[in-house]
Amino acid sequence: MRRRALKTMSLIAAATVALAACSPDDPGASSKTLKVAYQKTDSFTALDTMLQAAKQEFEAANQGVTVELQPIQANDDDYGTKLALALRSPSTAPDVFYEDTFKVRSDVDAGYLLKLDSYLEGWEEWDTFDDGAKAAGRADDGGTYAVPLGTDTRAIWYNRKVLEAAGVTLPWEPRSWQDILDTARKIKANDPTVVPFNMYAGKGTGEGTVMQSFYELLYGTGSSLYDEETGKWVVGSAGFQDSLAFLKTLYDEQLAVSPAEALDANVWKKVFGEWLPNAKMGATVEGSYAPSFWQDGGSYEWPGYEQEMGVAPFPTQDGQAPGAVSMSGGWTLALGAETKEPELAFSFLTTALNEQNSLSFTVESSQIAVRKDVAADPGYLDANPFVRDVSALVSVTKYRPATADYPRISAAVQEATEAVITGTRSPQEAAADYDAAVADIVGAAKTVRK
Amino acid sequence: MRSPATARQLLRYLPVLPAVLLLLVFLAGPVLWAFHASLTDAGLTGRSARNPSWVGLENYQRLLADPVFPLSVLLTVVFVAGSAVLGQNLLGLALAVLMRRARPLVSAVVGTTVVAAWVLPEIVAAFAAYAYFSGDGTLNQLLGGLGLVRQEWLYAFPMVAVMLANVWRGTAFSMLVYRAALNEVPAEVTEAAQMDGAHGWQRFAFITLPMIRGSITTNLMLITLQTLAVFTLVWVMTAGGPANASTTLPVLAYQEAFKFGDIGYGTAVASVLILIGAAFGLAYVRLLREPRP
Repeated sequence: MRRRALKTMSLIAAATVALAACSPDDPGASSKTLKVAYQKTDSFTALDTMLQAAKQEFEAANQGVTVELQPIQANDDDYGTKLALALRSPSTAPDVFYEDTFKVRSDVDAGYLLKLDSYLEGWEEWDTFDDGAKAAGRADDGGTYAVPLGTDTRAIWYNRKVLEAAGVTLPWEPRSWQDILDTARKIKANDPTVVPFNMYAGKGTGEGTVMQSFYELLYGTGSSLYDEETGKWVVGSAGFQDSLAFLKTLYDEQLAVSPAEALDANVWKKVFGEWLPNAKMGATVEGSYAPSFWQDGGSYEWPGYEQEMGVAPFPTQDGQAPGAVSMSGGWTLALGAETKEPELAFSFLTTALNEQNSLSFTVESSQIAVRKDVAADPGYLDANPFVRDVSALVSVTKYRPATADYPRISAAVQEATEAVITGTRSPQEAAADYDAAVADIVGAAKTVRK
Repeated sequence: MRSPATARQLLRYLPVLPAVLLLLVFLAGPVLWAFHASLTDAGLTGRSARNPSWVGLENYQRLLADPVFPLSVLLTVVFVAGSAVLGQNLLGLALAVLMRRARPLVSAVVGTTVVAAWVLPEIVAAFAAYAYFSGDGTLNQLLGGLGLVRQEWLYAFPMVAVMLANVWRGTAFSMLVYRAALNEVPAEVTEAAQMDGAHGWQRFAFITLPMIRGSITTNLMLITLQTLAVFTLVWVMTAGGPANASTTLPVLAYQEAFKFGDIGYGTAVASVLILIGAAFGLAYVRLLREPRP
């Protein structure tokens, strides 16, 4: 009887194997399948639209090829996690996927991404991509592993009504940190119920804290996070302390939101959906994609935002050259290192990123164009009144040092800002804590005092 | 050749074989995998993602040197002791006792209300609790309406908020277990004690409690293990903040493994969590085994 049970079991096992072999993703069959993984959320459907269009176009041009779209419904962090988990195993790795620029380097280190240089040579449209944006897909070995979809910049977004009521001359063009504080104090004096000038801080807002707040300050002092030449992390800089001190002033004088609100991970929703539209906030630092929330079909539709909002570059500490500072991120399309159909996958990528598809994606998601032909298109330039201003910031923008250590360093920066705005540490102490944390993460040999 | 008796003995275990296999594959498998991963430098991305190398106990050494770790263990113990062992357990017992005395209508209304929180999926319950405790949430509106001071609950008292939320969500389970247990206590025994002159409180302490002792231990074991593993509730309400003030071990493990992509270190935290759960489990099993008085 035991024998029979074993026999039955082995029969079932054999049947499972045989059935699995019949499933449609058998590489030996005449039809080919490309798996495409990307992010889709309630407020971010532009990419889905673009890839649906590309799928139709591509399948029509390539008989027998099926493009299998695999949207992942998650926020940026969780999308990154799910994608990384899928990439770990060749059997689940997608052929083409949506990849954050700041993950490119560490994913190349992990061997997840296919080197594209030989394919890009044969693609003439590659020349129409902006050089700065091309760099975002380049890894430490100088090879290109990802093709940019679009980029973004950060600027000050202000409510014209609030500033006007406080007697600020418009358009507002702050030249230094002092200008920001002066204006914020003026707004506060005029109407204490308004949040004059918000900058994110603390771990609640995650990358938002550093990208839309701290780095604008830090890079405006002339200091930086990472020394690209030596490949070392900067510690002990005066700029780091000054930046923390500026945040402390904003929060201590109640020019920003309360620390409790700042540490709530949902605070940005209130900024976009409540405070700015209701004229309860003077200004904030946010990405060039801000209009995508307010335009028709956005998460926080706001008819008339074009007239009520204004945009200004974030100034350097004392107005030193180049006068303004901005940060850029952005997303790319990349190919899985172990794809069985690299030619086909690259061909799909070029279809997805052709001029027409790029244009509609860039406009719908309020991105900054990375293709020169798209950047010059009137449909792009007139998408909203702020496109020209935020696109001009590309000339002063900086990128994150996206090494594999970066997420921990970023968390250490967020912790420093949190300690300062909650008053548990002085800027000096918090900066010292950060220095110790960095030495702990990368090792003292990979830090440099500047 | 085995004797027929041994063969029959073995054959007896055949029906449980599928269950054992499932347990091995889906329970023991992940635990062993996690323990193995905690001895490597496995990462989500970066150089060691595909080919992790063996690092021995390095992750555990790092863990011991990490200032967040002792805090996190303490918070986990406080969370389990406060919201499960004391909160859910005592409140559930009290409700079960009172409901036996109450009118059927009152008992039904209370029972439904308490069970409603338990029926909600965890993520929904977590968002409801977030909305209740957040800055302009229901609790503050109630307090404001009564003319009392409003508080930033999730910021000023994050642990209190998540513990109350967990009590709210989990009490129904203890209540149901104790209601069933109390129904099993024979009325004659209680009556006999009454005849002997035992007062209400004495009857409860010396007759009822010893008789439902088995249920108490089982209930404690289940809610302790459930509460140890609570992640969604804490993550949605405070995400471990502010300044790690509500970072319980599951939150810490998640942050390390997925936010920082350090799977080796994250699984080391998870392994410690498994050990703590096993320690609690063993303690309860011992309690259960002791001869009843």
